[in-house]
Amino acid sequence: MNYSFDLKEVSFKNPVIAASGTFGFGHEFSKEYDLNLLGGISTKGTTLEARSGNKGQRSCETPSGMMNSVGLENPSMEFMLKEEIPFLQKFDTVVLANVGGNTIDSYVKAADMADKCEGVHIIELNISCPNVAHGGMAFGIEECPAREVVGEVHKVVKKPLVVKLSPNAHNLVKVALAVEEAGADAVSLVNTFSAMKIDIRRRKSVFNNLYAGLSGPAIRPIAVRMVNEVYKAVTVPVIGLGGIVSGEDAIEFIMAGASLVQVGTANFMNTSACINVIQGIENFMISEGINDLSEIRGIVK
Amino acid sequence: MPSVSYRVISNEIISNDNMWVMKVAGDFNARAGQFFMLRAWDKYPVLSRPISVHDLGDGYIAFMYRVVGEGTEILSKLVKGDDITLAGPYGNGFPVDLTGKIALIGGGMGVAPLLWTAKQLNKPDVYLGFREEVLLENEYKAAAGNLVTKIGGTILDDVDYDAYDYVFACGPLGMEKALVNMAKGHKAKVYVSLEKHMACGMGACLVCTCFTSKGNKKVCKDGPVFLADEVLFDEL
Repeated sequence: MNYSFDLKEVSFKNPVIAASGTFGFGHEFSKEYDLNLLGGISTKGTTLEARSGNKGQRSCETPSGMMNSVGLENPSMEFMLKEEIPFLQKFDTVVLANVGGNTIDSYVKAADMADKCEGVHIIELNISCPNVAHGGMAFGIEECPAREVVGEVHKVVKKPLVVKLSPNAHNLVKVALAVEEAGADAVSLVNTFSAMKIDIRRRKSVFNNLYAGLSGPAIRPIAVRMVNEVYKAVTVPVIGLGGIVSGEDAIEFIMAGASLVQVGTANFMNTSACINVIQGIENFMISEGINDLSEIRGIVK
Repeated sequence: MPSVSYRVISNEIISNDNMWVMKVAGDFNARAGQFFMLRAWDKYPVLSRPISVHDLGDGYIAFMYRVVGEGTEILSKLVKGDDITLAGPYGNGFPVDLTGKIALIGGGMGVAPLLWTAKQLNKPDVYLGFREEVLLENEYKAAAGNLVTKIGGTILDDVDYDAYDYVFACGPLGMEKALVNMAKGHKAKVYVSLEKHMACGMGACLVCTCFTSKGNKKVCKDGPVFLADEVLFDEL
């Protein structure tokens, strides 16, 4: 049975990656289970300069999901590379440095630093964070800025470059094609959906930023559809995410075209969620007599 | 700390405004002010519920909670023998190893962690403010040196902030802010237990960040108890 996957020179032992922003830098979850079991870990989104993040309420539960407005709080790229990556380096798992930014220059500098760090295997460029005022998702909404930032980052990055896409893009397939053309080695989708929750007694948004990012099982069917659309349009591998809780959920994404999957919000539902997904994929492969995930990848068109 | 399944011993309503105390069987170890992530359902609601340790004894742990939404509604339906999943204890609790004269102040739901806190200290004075009725008076009285209770109004007026070396407080944000102002310039050093919406409960997701004079802190991991002087209350 084979469910490993190679993204250029980087080998994933299994297709499950802990999604950025739900897993910190791995410390907390390393107390829950052996991180060597994971296909990969995508770090908390990190920017060139440290960010304090958003004020006010930062999360709220929604039907079958949650919203967050963390606003890319992070200790800076330099700090992450020096203080956090060495810990992740101890594990036999692929480390994706999730890189955020608000200008092309800051994306390029941060990606360049991450690319030069031995403990980082892949750069995951986040052009889809809905929770920061300038930049972030602004780059992922239209093709032109997406192509430009990915093109500039591609010039400095030697490691595989994954671009994390926003479901809020005006035309997701066009953005995916643009970043592929600009040099992305893979795309990951979807980041959170821009959403709104109103406190009706205060007659105000729950969030200072007005809108916040919706994630969790609530978005899964839309995410599967988007992965399918992008898979059919691009030639680079697709990493699927959006509300995956079980192995069966992951198989849906794989049948829609995903080569790898990420597990995010589910880490809050059950600290062993990633492990359950890996186990669930194995069980499905055994019960269905699947020897290699390539047999079912993108099988539904 | 992986999630483990336990059995409910009892689960009783204790007030007219839907406050409950649930006892769960097991051998637990937790500092005053720490909390567990409670879950008695599979996938929905999505998030577990962070609830502080109300009491702890031989073979049991107790949680006090108010039914405010879907999760606590499910918790309130549990009966003796039902399963409940607990992960924890998480966070840093109150500094119960401090020496000196200590007062505990609780308001509303904030009285919950103060029973176990009182038990871990040497008979501190306990000040509790309630909305409609005094709850669990005998339990708190047994653990307190002197118990002062009040219904309505503010219990903060009943405390002499020069009579104590430390004050440990838990209550609504407005009460904690008012306490910081009242205690200013007096002898007592104030520790507050903060409440923020949480998701992971263990320090990974950064949705419960609290801004302090010493930088960003995680309420779930660095707190929920903080030295009040360091908390930037206006930015919470």
